[in-house]
Amino acid sequence: MIGSSIVAILFFGVAYGMILYLISVGLSVTMGLMGFVNLAHGVFAMAGGYATVSLMNTMGVPFFPSLALACIIVTGMGFVLERTLYSRLYGATELRQVLFSIALCLVAMAIVRIVWGPLAQPIQLPEYLTGQTDILGQALPTYRLFLVAFAAIVIGGLWLTFERTLFGARIRAAVDDRAMAQAVGINTKRLFAATFGLGTGLAALGGGLGADILAIAPAYPLQHIVLFLIVVAVGGLGSIKGPFIAALAIGVSDTACKYFFPEVGSVFVFALVFLLLLWRPNGIMERR
Amino acid sequence: MSHQSATLAAATRPADPTKLRALEVLPWVAALTFYFVAPGYEPLATQVFVMILFALSLDLLVGFAGIVTLGHAALFGTGAYAAGLLSVNGITDPIVTAVLATLAAAAVGLVTGALMLRTKGLALLMLSLAACFLLYEVANQATPWTGGDDGLQGVTFSPLFGIFPFDFRGQTAFFYSLGVLFLAFLAMRRLVNSPFGWSLRGIRENDGRMRALGCPIYLRRLTAYVLASAIAGLAGALQAQTTQFVALHVLSFQLSGDILIMLILGGAGGLYGAFIGVPVYMLAQDLLAKQDPANWYLWQGAMLLAITFFAPGGLTALAQQALSAIKGKLRR
Repeated sequence: MIGSSIVAILFFGVAYGMILYLISVGLSVTMGLMGFVNLAHGVFAMAGGYATVSLMNTMGVPFFPSLALACIIVTGMGFVLERTLYSRLYGATELRQVLFSIALCLVAMAIVRIVWGPLAQPIQLPEYLTGQTDILGQALPTYRLFLVAFAAIVIGGLWLTFERTLFGARIRAAVDDRAMAQAVGINTKRLFAATFGLGTGLAALGGGLGADILAIAPAYPLQHIVLFLIVVAVGGLGSIKGPFIAALAIGVSDTACKYFFPEVGSVFVFALVFLLLLWRPNGIMERR
Repeated sequence: MSHQSATLAAATRPADPTKLRALEVLPWVAALTFYFVAPGYEPLATQVFVMILFALSLDLLVGFAGIVTLGHAALFGTGAYAAGLLSVNGITDPIVTAVLATLAAAAVGLVTGALMLRTKGLALLMLSLAACFLLYEVANQATPWTGGDDGLQGVTFSPLFGIFPFDFRGQTAFFYSLGVLFLAFLAMRRLVNSPFGWSLRGIRENDGRMRALGCPIYLRRLTAYVLASAIAGLAGALQAQTTQFVALHVLSFQLSGDILIMLILGGAGGLYGAFIGVPVYMLAQDLLAKQDPANWYLWQGAMLLAITFFAPGGLTALAQQALSAIKGKLRR
């Protein structure tokens, strides 16, 4: 009994962690790259969720094409916002960046509330992804299994891009030393915009995929931003592996904590994060 | 940029900082006039005074010491819950509970500040956020003591000085909170114009140089943090006393964000931003949120965007610019 519940907790925790990672990894890279304190990253995840749900529910587009379209739409949105607004505040004080991104959250929340109303938008999953599947004698929800597998493939692709392509090498170079990267002829402006777009696209994917874990409602950006920021701060800015470990750890420990000690709630996770950040202010993956 | 910092310095430093300028009497005159002009609005005005006090404490951190925090409500909430819990447990004298609540917030500020201020930048921001969420969750889960999500019920306070009961019309609350705000403001004004206050500005502008001058950076920042915590706790206690209720909202991230927006709207780093930003914000909220919360979010966001891009100094800086432009025209 204990054994099976541990398997279930691990499984649900990993699924949760994967969603957190998909949403936050873009934030980690853009914050590491541009040094921009962006509290509005949740807006893009929320936009992905709303786009997916609307395409499916009102236009009858199937699940996967909706998800892909949502990603493309939000990537474009991120690209435009980076060029028009974000880029103006590179190098500005932390306070101004914080205020700007809070303002962006508020505007996005208002628009979403006006268009879709205050209630959470339910996602209608395709038939073949609902129900339960038996794995080693344990019944697990099919959708979560799919989610873990799908996210693993995306994350694998992301890591390959980051480690094995020229684009990835450019990003890594710019994170390490922006001035030097510029000096050897990397067009950092274009790189920032492309990276920002990619990051927001991944957030949209996470928002759409995770619609049944993090409900798609107008309060989304401010309600969950602390989770995304924790993943980035604990994982380490500019890293893509650190946030993965952080996201899985937070997903599993939060799930376990809520299962074993429901009366303690999220106190444990916040206390843990507080201590972790005191121990390693620059994240667990800090190179010394 | 140098022009901007020059105007900022001019805005923050009156010719003789200890001398009282005519304009400085204005907020107090306005507050007293309000009492006679708009009877029935005492509760709203009281709320404004409490928030001004809270914003002032944040100004000490953000405006003077350059410490950006996203979790300032943690200290306001500590004060509010301390006052509320004392009242529920039989200690109902307003002055005694206010003092104890202030001390409680200062203690929390000392512990969290001593830890947090070792870090900088994003880590500091995240630690302030985590501390705020942590306290919120603790209050949320400790239902037997705090009432959790329902808020703390049955908070009552005995008459002020044993004479003036907290009445339904909110007159006692009005004068009590105005009086406390006035005293706290005098103390703050004195503080920021002292050598200590100027060393905080120095740390904000260039901490490396201040360290080279032999200034104990960490200790100064921690002192500022504890003082700001105490004032925030006092504001929280006032909130509990004047509303006779403590809700979880007092510890929320949302309140931390709102108070930051109010301060920035008025302008940080000049003590008077709070007096302009808070009333403008709360009046706008009162008018706009009535119809539709979405509407209010939109206005709030648009206002904040306009401030960040076009008027980083807030309304006080805008007023200052307008005033000097008029003066320049008159001289010519």
